[in-house]
Order: sequence, then structure tokens, then C-alpha cells
Amino acid sequence: MAQVTFRVWRGEGEGGYFEEYTSEVGDGMVVLDAIHDIQAEQAPDLAVRWNCKAGKCGSCSAEINGMPKLMCMTRLSSLDLTQPVTVEPMKAFPLVKDLVTDVSYNYEAKMKIKPFKPRKPDAEDGTWRIQQDDVERVQEFRKCIECFLCSDVCHVLRDHHEHQGYIGPAMFVKSAAYEMHPLDVEDRISDLKETQGLGFCNITKCCTKVCPEHITITDNAIIPLKERVVDEYYDPLTRLFKIFKPNKSK
Amino acid sequence: MTTPYTTHEYDVIIIGAGGAGLRAAIEASSMGVSVGVICKSLLGKAHTVMAEGGMAASMGNVDDRDGWKVHFADTMRGAQYINNCEMAMHHAKEAPERVHELEAWGALFDRTKDGRILQRNFGGHKYPRLAHVGDRTGLEMIRTLQDHGIHEGIDFHMEVTVTHLIKEGNRVVGAFSYEREKGRFLLFKAKAIVIATGGFGRAYKVTSNSWEYTGDGQTIAYDAGADLLDMEFVQFHPTGMVWPPSVRGILVTEGVRGEGGILKNSEGNRFMFEDVPPNYQSSTADNEEEGWRYVTGDKHANRPPELLTRDHVARKIVKEVKEGRGSPHGGAFLDIAWIKEHIKDSESHIKKKLPSMYHQFMELAQVDITKEPMEVGPTTHYAMGGIRVNADTQMSTVDGLFACGECAAGLHGANRLGGNSLSDLLVFGKRAGEHAALYAKEHGDGTIDAAHVDTLVEEALAPMSRQDGENPYAIQHELQDAMQDLAGISRSEAGLNEAIEKIHALKARAANAFAPGNRDYNPGWHTALDIHNLLTVSEALCLSAVQRTESRGGHYREEYPEKTEEGSSYNTVVRKAPDGSMEVERMPVVPQTDEMKQIIEDNK
Ligand SMILES: Cc1cc2nc3c(=O)[nH]c(=O)nc-3n(C[C@H](O)[C@H](O)[C@H](O)COP(=O)(O)OP(=O)(O)OC[C@H]3O[C@@H](n4cnc5c(N)ncnc54)[C@H](O)[C@@H]3O)c2cc1C
Ligand code: SF4
Ligand code: SF4
Ligand code: FES
Repeated sequence: MAQVTFRVWRGEGEGGYFEEYTSEVGDGMVVLDAIHDIQAEQAPDLAVRWNCKAGKCGSCSAEINGMPKLMCMTRLSSLDLTQPVTVEPMKAFPLVKDLVTDVSYNYEAKMKIKPFKPRKPDAEDGTWRIQQDDVERVQEFRKCIECFLCSDVCHVLRDHHEHQGYIGPAMFVKSAAYEMHPLDVEDRISDLKETQGLGFCNITKCCTKVCPEHITITDNAIIPLKERVVDEYYDPLTRLFKIFKPNKSK
Repeated sequence: MTTPYTTHEYDVIIIGAGGAGLRAAIEASSMGVSVGVICKSLLGKAHTVMAEGGMAASMGNVDDRDGWKVHFADTMRGAQYINNCEMAMHHAKEAPERVHELEAWGALFDRTKDGRILQRNFGGHKYPRLAHVGDRTGLEMIRTLQDHGIHEGIDFHMEVTVTHLIKEGNRVVGAFSYEREKGRFLLFKAKAIVIATGGFGRAYKVTSNSWEYTGDGQTIAYDAGADLLDMEFVQFHPTGMVWPPSVRGILVTEGVRGEGGILKNSEGNRFMFEDVPPNYQSSTADNEEEGWRYVTGDKHANRPPELLTRDHVARKIVKEVKEGRGSPHGGAFLDIAWIKEHIKDSESHIKKKLPSMYHQFMELAQVDITKEPMEVGPTTHYAMGGIRVNADTQMSTVDGLFACGECAAGLHGANRLGGNSLSDLLVFGKRAGEHAALYAKEHGDGTIDAAHVDTLVEEALAPMSRQDGENPYAIQHELQDAMQDLAGISRSEAGLNEAIEKIHALKARAANAFAPGNRDYNPGWHTALDIHNLLTVSEALCLSAVQRTESRGGHYREEYPEKTEEGSSYNTVVRKAPDGSMEVERMPVVPQTDEMKQIIEDNK
């Protein structure tokens, strides 16, 4: 057991400050364990969100020593414990209290995405036939646990506060999950371009670096979506072709 | 003075946004009534998100000998025949349609070669039956329901916790709650209410369950006069992580064994081959080679003993540990890496079939499961018991109050089969939503007694209005220790009575719980309010466990290690007596029809 110092953000709304706590650290502990110990013994009203404690629900997002991470999946042994460990809330969303932010922006952004719309069933009994390869192709996006860490680091939100006209990388991943779904026939390309701000993204790849699910957000979701926009809007041949053929023929 | 709370009004409110609550909400909304969903966490974070292995439905895509009758018989056998056979019928018959419906809403499952939904083996299921996507089926399910539900005109109230139901006569007419952000109070008026709040694993120290699982739904229903059924039956999942200490209890999916994982003790023996229960002997492999053939799809092979029911596997592991053959940190070894003897590229095979297990062990325990065995041991996992409901409508013994999902009881009896919960959520979520909507259409508005609400406000604020008092976290930890030691996987009358005494003592202390700080997002305050629920379900559990003087499924009594004839004839019911104390009663098991008996006989 070692004594470790934690600098934890405390406060609500605009006001806030770092409070230092010293806590015992044992084998295999993660940051969330330490926060819970502090809560149980020193600061019962310390606000923190969590559910699964297994990296599956995406509730416990925070910035640990400045790095956006899930608290429940960050082992203390991976940090330098000779220095105080800093734990702060995400910065791209309004603070509620302590480590909890108001992430409703993401829920609202999702509402703007057109829902799933399947093609007609393939079989008489109303079911579909899909190849495993096609399932696997979109699996990557469907793994998203909605932790919103990617949107937290995206400069379009974090620095430029374009929350209105930009749905953020997490919701680009969602759009990709729909667009590349083997059964989906909806068209979301014009929305992505016109109202959801896909063009604001300048492919810095910061989002990809922080995704705890290792989703290659930029290369596999955003760039292919951008290509679809280009195909649809700027490629004369595709446009001509579209007159004869509906844009998605799956 | 301004009103200390705001009021919302709906035809139907659903408490809980896991698989069951969301499915109920979608159904109710489709029937043209107004629907509000209330959930303690953010949308999409409910427990259902954690489910890994899959969803049981007898579609017969992998083995066409499967069908609803076999599924029914398997569920009955797993439940040790004291479950509600009518619910088991509905469940087995309706599950395939519910899975297909999920696909129509966008869920993507793994596929068979001919492009249909792939199904995997799981403990107690005769044929490969679980629709799945790798080992993150719950995420696929909740996300599909959530993303479909948000476009159905349903209102969601996130991070709002219901603490009491409000009645008029024997009918529920509302629910009282607080929201986390600012601690404001919300009153929901409704014509019908569906509870879908999940289980109560937080009553124990070692559990796979999250902080939300404090038995809220069971408690508010009990406080409102509803019956609780089968509370002694808790499922201890055989494979939870045991090391490092901070992750003790986190689930290791049964899918590991379904994909060929084997259990070994410190001497390297596959101890599961010993002591196979008589009613499973004819369907269990008697050598390793046959077991392997089974998990790789040989229809003529019997299943390996690692896939016996959870209660049996859990107790076998405990026995190995007790007798000194455990792993270094007090568990057994679960080995999936060994399949390299049979499969060429086993490393990538394991990563593909069990991606989140790979991830979980790598990041939390620094164990590479493609190379080394995992250490596993039992963890509190699932509540078979809960609110007693009507098999057709899911209505509880209180008018207008419905329940579905893990917080309801009946389908699983003494032991739940893996994969039968996710299908349960959909089948009975739909039924509860439908019948709640019908009830709302047939009944007018209720009246809420404002004076009653005022007392609820006062009660809720009490922990913050004290100057000093008990630390709610400490009470919670003491309860968890007591339940773990005295009411866990192995129980005795003396131990259970000791637990009950402890619970009474903790109740007295809880009445004086103190939460410093203000109402804004204050977890200390929330814990102080949750404590009442944890204590209530724990007491109900212990009283029921004393009643059952035999061992069956998840319930094991040291003095009575065998099943009895008598024990197969009753269920245990707990309710609030007029004087406010908790009373326990035995109730006859729902009788099987001749048709059911025949199906069970044919599938022995
Ligand atoms: C790790 C793990 C793996 C599992 N794997 C499988 C599997 O492979 N197959 C299978 O069939 N089953 C599995 N299970 C079991 C299954 O996941 C659960 O039983 C099921 O998801 C419960 O769903 P539910 O809808 O009843 O409740 P939940 O999904 O738990 O939802 C409960 C909801 O109620 C809300 N709530 C609770 N209390 C209140 C309150 N007081 N006020 C307002 N809202 C409240 C919560 O916020 C939440 O939204 C697994 C369970 C665990 C823990
Ligand atoms: S790649 Fe695009 S979405 Fe991702 S962080 Fe950079 S700008 Fe934002
Ligand atoms: S894409 Fe990754 S980082 Fe973004 S919300 Fe999903 S899981 Fe989190
Ligand atoms: S608590 Fe669920 S991801 Fe951390």
C-alpha cells in the first residue's frame, strides 16, 4: 500500500478549484477506485458518474493528468505516482459539478441523425440474409460506448464551441454505423454536409487517439463519410449516374 | 412558499431504461398513449449494456432440432420446476419474434454461413440458441432499443431516481422522485406504471452489478403493498474475476466456456467431470474429446461439463478452493488459450470471438487470455426473485402497477439459464408495455394526495437536514459484508438469523444517516436514500432463505444439502403486513398443464 496524492476538480458551473486528497493505493487499483475511496472516507458529496466499472458503459469519462480517459480502465500503476494524480472533468461540455459534465449535447446531436431504415426483408418470413463479412465491416462503429471522449478532444467543440452546427466525432461514428449498415437504405449524406458540420473536421485525428474502444474514427468513419459527400456533390459522373439509378442500391 | 416539486403527467410511466423498460416504452407508445421513461443513469448506460453472451431464442438456425418446446423444457429444468410455467411458455414461444424485431430496428447479430442469425451454446440450453454479436450483445440490444425509442415520441427523464410510489386505494397513481443534477423533486402522475429497474446485486460485496442495483423497484413495489416472490434465489455466476482485488466480481462471460474454455484446478485437473448431477448425466460429455466436438458444432456430441448450470459450476469451484486446490488468489483456472491444440490461428480466433474479454483481462489484470489461463470465482450476478406478476399481463398484486425484466420474478425459478434474461426483457417488456397501455386506456386519472407528497419531500431531505449522523457508505459496506458472509453461496439458519439481526441494527442506524453538502449532485445523499432499498431487499432475501429448508438452484442450505419433494411444491412470498413488519408465506407453485408435462417428458 502506498499513499498517493490526488488533485481532484471540485465545484459547480463556472467556479471551481483543485482539492488535494491523499489516499491509500493497493494492487491493481484503477483511478475510479481511488475516487470512490475518497468519496467514502473524505468527500461524500464528490460527484462522479459511473456504472459498469468494466469499460462497457462509457459513463466515467474524465481527464486524468490531462489525458481524456475512462476512470475505470486507467490503472494507477500506469501513472507516475510520485507526482499528484490530476483528475478533472471533460472540458468540451458544461460542468455540472466536480467530475460530472452535462453531456446532453451528444443526445441532442444524435436526434438530428436520421434513424435506421432497412431494405425490404429478403425472405418470405420477414427476415434478412446478411454475410458475416458485412456484419464485421460495421462492427467497429457499433462498439461505440458513447463515452464522448472523442468529442471532448475535438477542437471544433473544445476550442471553437461549434456545438450548434456540428454533431461531433461520436455522432460521425454513429452516422457511419448507419450508413455502412448492410440493410440500411436511408441517405444521410446531405445532412452531414449541410447541417451536421462534417466539413468542420480537418482530420487532426485527435479523436481516434483517445477512443477507449480503439475505433479508428478518422480513417474509417469520417474520411469515408467525407468521400461520400464528395461523390454525391462534386462528382459529375456520379450525379449523372444518379439520374438513372437510386443513390443506394443494396 | 413555492411548490417544492414539479409535476409531470403521462398515461404510462416506465421506471427504468434497460432492455425491459425500453421495450415496454416502445410498445406502450405504439398503442397511442403518452409515455414517460425515468432512469437513474443516462440513457444507454443501464445494466443491459453489460450483457455479453447473448439472447436465447429457439430459432433453430444452427441446429434445426431446436424449437420452442425444447427451450421451454430447458428453462423449466434449469429453474428446477418451481418457476411460473405459464411465463416459461410465453417466453419460449415469443422470443424468436422479439429477436427478429430487434433486427428490423437495426441490431446486427453474427451470422451463419447462409446469412441467418448465428446462435451459440450456453449452459443448460440443449442446442446452440443464443443470438449474439461477439461478446457485446447487451450493448447491441440497448443501443438498438434506445436509438429506435428516441424517435417514437417518448419523453426521457435521465438521472432521475424514483423513491416512492403513490397510491389511491389499491391503485398506483404516481411516482415521487429526485433528479441528480440539482436535487430537485419531481412528481409523476400516471394512469399506469411499469417498474423495470433491474436487480439488487449491490447487497453483496462481490458482484458483477453496478451501483444502480440497489433493489429500488422491488422496494418501492413492496412499500406500495406488492408481493415479492422467490427472493431467496440469487444467481452466483461461477466466473467472475478474482484478481486484482479492485476488479473482484467483474463478470467473465459464459461465452468463454461456450467457445471451448475449460476449468482446471491447481493440480491441472478438469474437475468439472466429477459430480455431474443425475438429471444432466445423459446429456453431458464424459471425456474431453467429446466436449470439444460439442463446442465446435458436432450434433452428436454431448456438452462439456463446464456448461452445466451456473449454480452447479459455482459450487464446484468453491469446493475446489475450500479443499485446497484453488488458484493463487482463491479461484479456479479458466483456460481458453488451450484451444491452440485444435485451432491453427487460435490467437486471432479468441480475439474475434471474445474481444471484450481479451480487452478486459489485458487492461485490468494484465493477463493475455490467448496465452494464459484466467483466474475466476463466483460473483453475485442476478436476482431470480422480485416482484410477483401475472403471467399474461405482468401486473403486480397492486392495481395499475406492472413489472418486467430482472426486477420481476417468475420465469427463472431457482436458477436462470444464461441468455434467458435478455430474451425475458424483450418478451415481457413488450407484454408489460402493452398491458400498461391498455390499463391506462381503461382507467381515468387518479388523484394524488398533496399532503402525502409533502411528507415524502421532508423524508427525502432528512439526511441533509441533520447536523451529524451515520456515514451512509459505511452502512452500505457493513451490509455488503454481512450478506456476503451470511447469505451468500452457502447459507445456514443461524447465519441467516444473524444477518437479519444485523439488518435490523443497520436499519436503526440508517434512520440517522447523514449527508453533508447540498442537494446538487450529491452521491452521499443518494447513497443515504438508496440504503433503505438495499436493507429491504436484503431482509426479504434472508427471511425467504430461512423459509426454504432445502437446497435448490441458487439457494444452498448447509443443514439441508439436498432438494426435497416438499420444496418443489411451493414458492416463497414476502409482503408488508398491516403493522409495517415483513411477513413471509409459502404459496403453491403454478400447476403445469398436461401439455406442459408432456413437453417436459418428451425432452427429458
Ligand atoms: C456483466 C453482466 C453480463 C450479463 N450477460 C448476460 C447475457 O449474456 N445474457 C443474458 O440474458 N443476460 C445477461 N446478464 C443479465 C442481464 O444483463 C440483466 O439481467 C438485464 O440486462 C437486466 O435488464 P433490465 O432491463 O431488467 O434492467 P437494467 O438494464 O438494469 O435497467 C435498469 C434501469 O432502471 C433504472 N433504475 C433503477 N432504479 C431506479 C430508480 N429508483 N428510479 C429510476 N430508475 C431506476 C436504471 O437507471 C436503468 O435504466 C448479464 C448481467 C451482467 C451484470
Ligand atoms: S479528426 Fe475531426 S472529428 Fe476528430 S478531433 Fe480532429 S477535427 Fe475533430
Ligand atoms: S467513438 Fe470511441 S471515444 Fe467516441 S464516444 Fe464512441 S467509444 Fe467513446
Ligand atoms: S464505469 Fe462504465 S465505462 Fe467506466
